[in-house]
Amino acid sequence: MKRGWIGSALAQALVYTFVAGGIAAAQTVTGPVDGAIGLQPAATEIAQDIANFHTLLLWIITAVTLFVLALLIYVMVRFNKSANPTPKKFTHNLTVEVVWTVVPVLILVGISLFSFPLLFKQEQIPEAGLTIKATGNAWRWDYSYPDQGVDITSLPLNEADAKAQNRPFRMAVDEPMYVPAGVNVRMLVTSNDVIHAFSVPSFGIKEDAVPGRINETWFNVPKEGIYYGFCQELCGMLHGFMPIEVRVVSPAEFDRWIQSKGGQLASAATVIEAPTTPAAAPPAEPAAAPAPTAPATPG
Amino acid sequence: MATNTTAHADEHAHDHDHRPSPYDPRRWLFSTNHKDIGTMYLIFAIIAGLVGGILSGLIRWELAQPGIQIFWGMAEAGNLGTDKMFSVAMADGSHKAIFGNEHSYNVMVTMHGLIMIFFMVMPAMIGGFGNWFVPLMIGAPDMAFPRMNNISFWLLPFSFALATISMLVPGGSMGAGFGGGWTLYAPLSTSQQLHGGPSMDLLILSLHIAGVSSVLGAINFIVTIFNMRAPGMTLHRMPLFVWSILVTVWLLLLSLPVLAGAITMLLTDRNFGTNFFNAAGGGDPVMYQHLFWFFGHPEVYILILPGFGIVSQIVSTFSKKPVFGYLGMAYAMVSIGVIGFIVWAHHMYTVGMGLELEAYFVAATMIIAVPTGIKIFSWIATMWGGSIDLKVPMLWAIGFIFLFTLGGVTGVVLANSGIDTVLHDTYYVVAHFHYVLSMGAVFAIFAGFYYWLPKMSGLKYSGFLGGLHFWIFFVGVNIIFFPQHFLGLQGMPRRYADYPEGFAYWNYVSSVGYAITAVGALVFFYMLLDMFVIRRRKLSAAENASPWGEGATTLEWTLSSPPPFHQFNELPVVVEEKHH
Repeated sequence: MKRGWIGSALAQALVYTFVAGGIAAAQTVTGPVDGAIGLQPAATEIAQDIANFHTLLLWIITAVTLFVLALLIYVMVRFNKSANPTPKKFTHNLTVEVVWTVVPVLILVGISLFSFPLLFKQEQIPEAGLTIKATGNAWRWDYSYPDQGVDITSLPLNEADAKAQNRPFRMAVDEPMYVPAGVNVRMLVTSNDVIHAFSVPSFGIKEDAVPGRINETWFNVPKEGIYYGFCQELCGMLHGFMPIEVRVVSPAEFDRWIQSKGGQLASAATVIEAPTTPAAAPPAEPAAAPAPTAPATPG
Repeated sequence: MATNTTAHADEHAHDHDHRPSPYDPRRWLFSTNHKDIGTMYLIFAIIAGLVGGILSGLIRWELAQPGIQIFWGMAEAGNLGTDKMFSVAMADGSHKAIFGNEHSYNVMVTMHGLIMIFFMVMPAMIGGFGNWFVPLMIGAPDMAFPRMNNISFWLLPFSFALATISMLVPGGSMGAGFGGGWTLYAPLSTSQQLHGGPSMDLLILSLHIAGVSSVLGAINFIVTIFNMRAPGMTLHRMPLFVWSILVTVWLLLLSLPVLAGAITMLLTDRNFGTNFFNAAGGGDPVMYQHLFWFFGHPEVYILILPGFGIVSQIVSTFSKKPVFGYLGMAYAMVSIGVIGFIVWAHHMYTVGMGLELEAYFVAATMIIAVPTGIKIFSWIATMWGGSIDLKVPMLWAIGFIFLFTLGGVTGVVLANSGIDTVLHDTYYVVAHFHYVLSMGAVFAIFAGFYYWLPKMSGLKYSGFLGGLHFWIFFVGVNIIFFPQHFLGLQGMPRRYADYPEGFAYWNYVSSVGYAITAVGALVFFYMLLDMFVIRRRKLSAAENASPWGEGATTLEWTLSSPPPFHQFNELPVVVEEKHH
């Protein structure tokens, strides 16, 4: 078996890279890794907070489960009918009853000390350097950059094109959503028909696209690269075929992309000139080899 | 109440244990006997479980590896093939022809959920074991309303038939059947474009009928438990299984009307031009989710609470020790039931409901872990100091305790809205609710089945086959569902007919687990064949009342096996020691 799960777990800890076909530059790509057992690598500070909180919870729930398992094994052995032919008849013990009520309460209070700050951080949307509106349709995503006057429709690549470009089938799209690195991006999410959900696991975001409502979330990705996400609310036949591809690029390259889409750079530049500094984001490395790429132009 | 018992007494005076022939269809069609009706419920649940299990087999087959395996060609043959670009197809609207049918996959997912919930777990636990053993355990001759009991059951096959037919009739532009998930979310379920066909309407009617059946059953149980307990059988002496059914049927009675209202609004939105859930007409799709989950969350406790009761009886019986902390156990169930009504929106953390509301639902949801923990530890404390006999029902019950714990702790993870932004609608959720339902509720059903089967039939089953069934199932379901935690953490969304290569490995493992579990199911059916046809071993005279020895203290074990057609012509009197 070539994919041992431990090896995969280690591999999953590394953001893997590959050369995008037709584009002569290495890109860091973040998406699902075969055989991995944990969360995707965090690309934003929020995602890192989520990962840390999850690690904490994983320790707690593993301990609880193993404790229960240990108790079960102990009673099955120690109080087996062969080991203990005469059953005792007690039915109460106030002390242990109080303990197993109070201790879980304390554990839960402890969890909430971490849970609520994370929730508040996610839900309080900071001053944004860029606003993008994602609109779900059965079955594709439309992205519009209202301040730049850019509207694009994002469709998944078919299998042949994906292969030809050495990009992942069922995740790669013809028109990815471009965002500049290190900028607070405010996502407005809505839908034209049924409910969809806009999610990028490595950003730690997921927001339902509900017709008649505009939901709001945000992210700030310090590191350039390609990040994949999915529609996460059942929306009909091709629910599994409306992937999300986000390209995080340097502000300069983002400007070039906006221009190539016929957008208004002026308004874009004014906003982007004052990016909030990416606050000590987790995988904080200097932006990897900025690749002056033309936007992928598959057929 | 008084007239009721008198009527029965008259009937029995000249007709002691008159048991009509099982080959007389009138015995079943016109049955007013709680044991016969219970038997019909159990057989119905087994059949529905088989159908639901086959659907899940198709799901795992489709997901065994990336790429579409089976769900195309079920409709619109001749236009298939990945070489057709779906970008183009979607742009010009000809997608349905290209895709054969991923929609059919969604239909399977939808119907697997609905069938397992409404036609397998609920009929088995409440209709089957509830009907059989609530009257026996409280010392009653029958249910309070025997004729209503009859219609409660007989509505179900028609409901099931409507649900099954809904898979075959046009669902809308995407193909046959309704593929919007068991939650029936609007506007996918009300979209004329996507689900304009009669399929969804049939499904709504099916759920209405199933709901009526359940509400009638619930009323019957409440009246029976409140009014027909034998002398001395106070509420605080009732066996915990009866308590669990009492809490469950209250949840049914209070939550099902909300579902009925919600799906009636779906029906009028679809057919009569209302706009309850249509944003363009001033409605709100999210309101449907609130209504649905106000029913849906109590519903998941409806599925698991009777299992708590069953496991309590079994753990006590096979430890030869009374239940530890009886009152705590009973009121833990009551509090789970009450809190279950105020946590519904934790299913909807990502709809954009606002910080304060999310924070409330996080807190309320986590509180449920406390009474649940009390139950887990009380079961272990019941075994502590006991003399444990690891017979087949006890294996299933201990398996239940462990796997339910495992599913419960992932529930604590999901309760945190902060983490739910990553895990919502992923396979982590699928793994979570299958650990508490597929392994919680279903293990409890099998535990109860193996526990009471000798009582219901008067026959012995092969302990070897029962144990084999348990171990194959235990290994199989864990191989199916444990890897789904990994898939969910990696971000794999639910309800995807196809997935990127990055999810391939664990999906393959999961599908292998299904094959193992299917072998376990075959062992189960062979066990039944062996018990009822091949060997037909009767319980010996010594074991006739109770094959489980001194630990089995509830009233059903004082009767013969199978119990007389009408029991307790003279009501038993329950004294202090009898309770536990």
